[in-house]
Amino acid sequence: MFDKILIANRGEIACRVMETAQRLGVACVAVYSDADAGAKHVAMADQAVHIGGAAPADSYLKGDVIIQAALDTGAQAIHPGYGFLSENPDFVDAVEAAGLTFIGPSARAIRAMGLKDAAKALMQEAGVPVVPGYHGANQDPEHLSGAADAIGYPVLIKAVAGGGGKGMRLVERPQDFAAALDSARGEAKTAFGNDAVLIEKYVSKPRHIEVQVFGDGTHAVHLFERDCSLQRRHQKVIEEAPAPGMTEEMRSAMGQAGVRAAEAIGYKGAGTVEFIVDASEGLRADRFWFMEMNTRLQVEHPVTEAITGVDLVEWQLRVAAGESLPARQEDLSINGHAFEARIYAEDVPKGFLPATGTLSHLEFPAGARIDSGVRAGDTISPWYDPMIAKITVHGPTRGAALRQLERALRWTDIGGTVTNVSFLRLLACQPDFVRGDVDTGLIGREADSLTAAPVACTKARSIAALAALGLHEGAGELGGFTLWEPLGWDVALIHQNEDIQARVLVSGPGCFDVSLGEGVRHRVEFRGGLWWVDATRVQARVARQPDELTVFWGNGYRFDIFDPLARETSAGGDTNVILAPMPGLVKAVFATAGQEVREGDRLAILEAMKMEHSLLAARDGVVAEVLATAGSQVEAGAALVRLEPEDE
Amino acid sequence: MKLNSKAMPASEGFKANRDAHLEALARIGAAAEAARAGGGDRARERHVSRGKMLPRRRVANLLDPGSPFLEIGATAAHDMYDNAAPCAGVIAGIGRVEGQEVMVVCNDATVKGGTYYPMTVKKHLRAQEIAEENNLPCIYLVDSGGANLPNQDEVFPDRDHFGRIFYNQARMSAKGIPQIAVVMGSCTAGGAYVPAMSDVTIIVKEQGTIFLAGPPLVKAATGEVVSAEDLGGGDVHTRLSGVADYLAEDDAHALALARRAVRSLNRRKPLTVDWASPEEPAYDPEEILGVVPADLKTPYDIREVIARLVDGSRFDEFKPRFGETIVCGFAHLKGCPIGIIANNGVIFSEAAQKAAHFVELCSQRKIPLVFLQNITGFMVGRKYENEGIARHGAKMVTAVATTSVPKITMLVGGSFGAGNYGMAGRAYQPRFLWTWPNSRISVMGGEQAAGVLATVKRDGIERAGGSWSTEEEAEFKRPTLEMFERQSHPLYASARLWDDGIIDPRKSRDVLALSLSAALNAPIEETRFGVFRM
Repeated sequence: MFDKILIANRGEIACRVMETAQRLGVACVAVYSDADAGAKHVAMADQAVHIGGAAPADSYLKGDVIIQAALDTGAQAIHPGYGFLSENPDFVDAVEAAGLTFIGPSARAIRAMGLKDAAKALMQEAGVPVVPGYHGANQDPEHLSGAADAIGYPVLIKAVAGGGGKGMRLVERPQDFAAALDSARGEAKTAFGNDAVLIEKYVSKPRHIEVQVFGDGTHAVHLFERDCSLQRRHQKVIEEAPAPGMTEEMRSAMGQAGVRAAEAIGYKGAGTVEFIVDASEGLRADRFWFMEMNTRLQVEHPVTEAITGVDLVEWQLRVAAGESLPARQEDLSINGHAFEARIYAEDVPKGFLPATGTLSHLEFPAGARIDSGVRAGDTISPWYDPMIAKITVHGPTRGAALRQLERALRWTDIGGTVTNVSFLRLLACQPDFVRGDVDTGLIGREADSLTAAPVACTKARSIAALAALGLHEGAGELGGFTLWEPLGWDVALIHQNEDIQARVLVSGPGCFDVSLGEGVRHRVEFRGGLWWVDATRVQARVARQPDELTVFWGNGYRFDIFDPLARETSAGGDTNVILAPMPGLVKAVFATAGQEVREGDRLAILEAMKMEHSLLAARDGVVAEVLATAGSQVEAGAALVRLEPEDE
Repeated sequence: MKLNSKAMPASEGFKANRDAHLEALARIGAAAEAARAGGGDRARERHVSRGKMLPRRRVANLLDPGSPFLEIGATAAHDMYDNAAPCAGVIAGIGRVEGQEVMVVCNDATVKGGTYYPMTVKKHLRAQEIAEENNLPCIYLVDSGGANLPNQDEVFPDRDHFGRIFYNQARMSAKGIPQIAVVMGSCTAGGAYVPAMSDVTIIVKEQGTIFLAGPPLVKAATGEVVSAEDLGGGDVHTRLSGVADYLAEDDAHALALARRAVRSLNRRKPLTVDWASPEEPAYDPEEILGVVPADLKTPYDIREVIARLVDGSRFDEFKPRFGETIVCGFAHLKGCPIGIIANNGVIFSEAAQKAAHFVELCSQRKIPLVFLQNITGFMVGRKYENEGIARHGAKMVTAVATTSVPKITMLVGGSFGAGNYGMAGRAYQPRFLWTWPNSRISVMGGEQAAGVLATVKRDGIERAGGSWSTEEEAEFKRPTLEMFERQSHPLYASARLWDDGIIDPRKSRDVLALSLSAALNAPIEETRFGVFRM
């Protein structure tokens, strides 16, 4: 075993690798960019080396700098994690050339799987089923169109060098082929510098099922399948193992295909063979086809670990250190069912727009496995993937595990940024998914119901009002005391662009009556650290920041707190007229009648007492008239510009 | 140390007491509710329609959310001026702003435009007195038309009239007690000096006005026609005159600005006593209503009350075997060390000496004093006069009058005659004086007073050779009895601010805790006693 390794990655995967390595007594060297100097993976590591600027190209993709860091710190091996340099064969070569061990497959194996059409041809040779399609070199449009006709519509056009859905087009009818081909090629050229495409049969009810394999360079085993059919634009959202509806026959067929694929390229380490499965008539052993092989540890590997009890990173380290396969196929078995959900900082209602922010609050439920590269107070920066955590649950049955997932998501409290937690939770309750009736189109079909921003109910709003007033841990000793009737406090909140005016009557340290207008009232009590709303104990939690708060109650409901002081009038007085503050010379006038101006716009310059004073618009408005000309001398208080009166 | 209660909460007597107290309490509650309603629905609606917050809402939103509010004079002016000035037209009390205890004085413009009746003045001055004695910053939420003109003779000229408000502001400011005004409505004539005399003043745009003479008076005096806003609105005062410092958009904004002003006061409460960890009493304060007899004439052990007020019901009684009609001892109340002086019968010479001794102890140790007053007076008769009860009583009165430790008095029963003096009645300037609904206060009992008058009358008639039947005597006594009955009632007393308010006896512990906490904002000075007549 190694004494020290370097982890050429960041975030949750760097932390996850370190956890196992440190458990095995292997010292860990982290690398970090400018943006990650205070990151969790740096704090966790035994040593950390700064490798450059925030942009990945300046740091995490700089193989030579990373190799030098390994040499400088005396690390014997480099673990690449996933992404970044993990599937870069040139990096593998460089690592080995430096006399270090790459914890992963050989450069040759990576290259073999790197180009999709070549990989498919290779697999076909090895007896692994592949999707009917054209993977040839003839890129003449006529020829490609003919190939599509031969395969039969619908077909997919895919960039040969592609990934992540770029350069991919679905074509339903022959007459649309030419246009789709052009646009796919354009995209492929831009994204990969290679406009070669392949044509494939389009599977109408496709499921994405992948097989986890593990090789020692000669032999390979499989650790069963994962179902990753819940995808959004080819991005996995929730993964599970085993696949629902899987038969022993098909599992065996897929597993053997996976092993054949790995052994065909002398695969060493953890890899994943992805298959597309036609589930239109249930799972059948003759309806799965090789898609591609990921020559690295996958994001979703924890579900496999959960059902097999294997620590895949431990296996990676042992095999990289020269051990043979740690287990035989017959030693491996499936125990129960596991799900993983990927929690991202993203704005789901706004089309899953990646978000940033400082995680003012971060709490995860007990009983679930949490892989996270951030801590409360850390920032999700725009530089990297906005993943906050992976949450993995394991249960004796699929139903139990899924209910645990839903519960775990309900207890995932993240404040300071928008997240996809509500979306994941809705997905975990989606009836088709609950039944196990999944395919890769499910999220797209159900998008409307899954992506709606959750709106806080009035009970949650009551708690938000209390939190906004700082009463979410009660009002303290003698709180709310009065001789006779209780006093009421007002608070204004904004939730999902809705203004909420709440009034909170405090009749004891933990006793509140919250009115939300239109006759909506709730009696809220806080006793022994727990909340009651209308005499029912509720599981609401609150994360309070100076100007915003989040109520966690099934979903995380974010509220902005309206600060009365934010209404400060800068200028005060009559904002219609811009006056000369002192006697002086009008140096310049920028305003013209009829012009629209915004608060803070410079309307004129007055020179007085050897100083130039900019005269700014005190509010947004329209210039009604200009009362001064450049070069004129004015008295203090002279009106220089007048705005149209504001509509009341 | 821990008191043992002999009360039997299941007994008939206990329940009867409780019922009687609840009935008395309901009457006070109704009076307090009437006071809270201010100038009535129509005036309140008009007030709100102008975009103004109602006064109690202003008070709440000024205070820290959930802050306690120890209101004073909650039934002031009750049954006075034909009930035209509920709550005396001004709300006053102590609450927390930015964690600091402050005195809030808030005009109620729904009550005759917030004009000052005699009791309004008295209440405002009392609030200022509390602030000054206890070193509490003052925040005035001003919305007042100034002196109530029909009552000008009882509002304007005397020492403790309107002018005293501004005198107090200046004196307090000089002592470093911050004065903050928020002008949320009119501030006319004399009232204009409240903001003008404050350290920091906030005014609400197009709502607050400050002027020495309003537009009608200006027109009458000089013929000038001017709008209230141009004469003394927020814009004018924050931009031109400098009478106010900050311009607020509305009430909520103004209150937020006032809170911000408090944040920069840079004050810290002195640490004057050795606080212990607070503890609940071993006996439920709720039981006070059952252990205290409904009838003042029924004697009971005041320790039953003490057991329901102090931490852990623990009471370190001083000189328990001497002068037993006054109970003295040390205890903690919500962690604050206190000395308690409580009546357990008429005061004898020994009891008065013991009490004087105990006041000396507390003064030496700087322990605040709590008086539980239920006193019919000092013992009378030849034996007692001859042994010098007046001399011993004077010692007690001297000690109580001259001690520098904070005194808080609670009337838990009768307050009659010179007993009131020795037990830190209003004239002895306790920091706070609270009363229970069952309490009665007068120079002597109604029956005694009527008896004295009847005796004088009978002597006169009989000296002239006439005769006076018992029926005639009873008829003669009746008006006196009735007058005493009416005037000794706590609502009558509290309406006139002879005290700081009537409280629910079950809240006594909380009220005392808040009073002590407020009092401890001022450092406890060394005591210098007067000459004790030995």
